[in-house]
Amino acid sequence: MASAVALGLLCAGAASAAPPNAADLEAELVCPVCETTLDQSTAPVAERMKVFIRVRIAAGDSEAEIKDALVAQFGAGVLAEPPDGGFGALAWLLPLVGLLAGAVAVALLVRAWSRRDPPSGGAPSERLDPELERRVDDELARFDG
Amino acid sequence: MARRARLVGQGVAIGLVALLFILLAWSLLTDEAGTLAAQANRGDRPAAPDFTLERLDDEGELQLSSLAGKAVVVNFWASWCVPCKDEAPFLEEVWRENKDRDVVVLGLDSKDFRADALRFAKRFSLTFPLVYDGPGDEASSFGVTGFPETFVLDREGKVVAAFKGAVDDEDTRPRLLEAIDEALET
Repeated sequence: MASAVALGLLCAGAASAAPPNAADLEAELVCPVCETTLDQSTAPVAERMKVFIRVRIAAGDSEAEIKDALVAQFGAGVLAEPPDGGFGALAWLLPLVGLLAGAVAVALLVRAWSRRDPPSGGAPSERLDPELERRVDDELARFDG
Repeated sequence: MARRARLVGQGVAIGLVALLFILLAWSLLTDEAGTLAAQANRGDRPAAPDFTLERLDDEGELQLSSLAGKAVVVNFWASWCVPCKDEAPFLEEVWRENKDRDVVVLGLDSKDFRADALRFAKRFSLTFPLVYDGPGDEASSFGVTGFPETFVLDREGKVVAAFKGAVDDEDTRPRLLEAIDEALET
């Protein structure tokens, strides 16, 4: 049991120590000029950033260190995903809030619409005017022969 | 109850659409930075946005408004920009020949690596003040959409002229020098 736990910890440690993948990073970072991800951009500054990423990976930097270095140069806008904290958290929260609000609105509307249907087996439906009903009966009697 | 809910919902929807239209109108009417160059070239002399940026050529920061009283040639550039390389020697020449006339050439490096900007400055032996705007926020506030772009400010910090593209060609050089003379007349 203890050896299994130790083996698991070793594997986790090895995974976290693995060098970052340049292609993955390029998909997570944005060209500051053309505002597409680096893997889709051929702008001169994007090419320069790709070289920077490869140089930093070769130097042993972690993914977080590389991203931090690029944010320090170009600002938080270079991250394809907004940061989790601070104002960037709104980018994550607002769509969820909107979805929730929409679901609540739909639920309320469905409930309101379902209440419009008259209850079955209850009070009798509205009756015709007695004079009109008599005339309808007379007309129908003519067809009965 | 259902009717009231429907009316409330319709009111909210109309309110949201109205708010969006108001935001659109406000954005269009207050987009002064986007038309800074156009205003300047029409002769309106709009005030340039002030900024404080870290120096590339020295320690500390530089605030644009601290240059009040001088004509300032604000040049937006980046080391990866090809026309910027073409005009750099001319801008250095303008700086050297006019700094005794209350003229400052200020290079604003934008969307660039600091190390690349410093190499560029060394390569072209630039001696005029250089500041760093990595995220490009100040470039955006000036309405810059591409590099290079150059603004000539008068002694009160108002934009006299704006030039998109390199300023070292036969047509633009004399116009830049005329703009500097005009800026000094304030």
